[in-house]
Amino acid sequence: MYSQGLQDAKGGPEPEGLLKAFQKRIDNEEKIEPRDWMPEAYRKTLIRQMSQHAHSEIVGQLPEGNWITRAPTLKRKMILLAKVQDEAGHGLYIYSATETLGITRDEMTRQLLSGEAKYSSIFNYPTPSWADMGAIGWLVDGAAIMNQVPLCRASYGPYARSMIRICKEESFHQRQGYDIMTVLARGTAAQKKMAQDALNRTWWPALMMFGPSDKDSKHSAQSMQWKIKRFTNDDLRQKFVDATVPQAEHLGLTIPDKDLKWNEDRGHYDFGEIDWQEFMEVIKGNGPCNKQRLRARQKAHDEGEWVRKAAEVYQQKQQDAA
Amino acid sequence: MKLYEVFIRAKSGLNHRHVGSLHAADAQMALQNARDVYTRREEGVSIWVVEAAAISASNPEQSEEWFDPAMDKVYRYPTFYPLDKEVDNM
Repeated sequence: MYSQGLQDAKGGPEPEGLLKAFQKRIDNEEKIEPRDWMPEAYRKTLIRQMSQHAHSEIVGQLPEGNWITRAPTLKRKMILLAKVQDEAGHGLYIYSATETLGITRDEMTRQLLSGEAKYSSIFNYPTPSWADMGAIGWLVDGAAIMNQVPLCRASYGPYARSMIRICKEESFHQRQGYDIMTVLARGTAAQKKMAQDALNRTWWPALMMFGPSDKDSKHSAQSMQWKIKRFTNDDLRQKFVDATVPQAEHLGLTIPDKDLKWNEDRGHYDFGEIDWQEFMEVIKGNGPCNKQRLRARQKAHDEGEWVRKAAEVYQQKQQDAA
Repeated sequence: MKLYEVFIRAKSGLNHRHVGSLHAADAQMALQNARDVYTRREEGVSIWVVEAAAISASNPEQSEEWFDPAMDKVYRYPTFYPLDKEVDNM
């Protein structure tokens, strides 16, 4: 049964009656709001999932921020700035929603900087060429949309509401990425090669974004029951592959997977096995850019300290003067 | 930094509506941050920020006592009063 073995905040068993009523609300598609009773494990799972999500938005600014000063035109620079600013906004929407579960912003920041909290593995890959901005928008934001659209119906109200805002903004991100890829793919031979190289680099890490295969995903069943997850990792990954392959073909680009083939019987594309060992290594902190990303966050946090202090002193002065 | 709740009026004629929260040292900073975080795409024409600590809220555990009594006062709804066909709408 769903409630078996669930423990409350003090390690005792959760009251059976409350658990039943809680699950009934969720089964009826009612939203759970911050001050409602909820099982401790639901709260913890949400804090883990939502803070990881928020951290991903924040760290996700770094690979793209890398190209703001070197964007090829003023138009591209303005677009990229707006996108990176959106990512900061998305991080803030989700941090604010996560705080309603009783964790402070400071604690979440501490967990990110200490490496206790994870963020999406994709942001630990480097972005050596301008075409990576295209591949990220098209594939990484594309994969994020696949993940986030079902979360607009997540059972926790503040999470679902922040997802609705985010999804509205995210589709610009994907389109501007595909637009970059389109221009490169239709450009000179060298530009087309840039686009192909970026696709080669990003394809597999983008597929990994959906998380471990269902047979190895330890959180899935309970999260589905609680409706903080609506589709399994493998289902979403398949949806993404099916949607993306024709987009690559349209640009004359080749997906770097020799096993990729339309399967008439299934009505889906078959695709090759993901290198799960690489995925686990990146999660553990051994990806190409893990250290660099955390160092950049730490530096921003340290260098922003005087601003936070100044704001507080200013506020105190205003109060004293009043 | 203090926690502020943010309310935005999407266009004049509509109510301010809660959109989320943010941290700021004072109300002025909260307003400026709310502008950047919550209105990047013409989402609003007016912003309110309120210190979260200043909000008193009803207790969800008392929802039944508070909100259910309204359910058995069906005579408060127009549909409680059947009308003759000849009169139809009123």
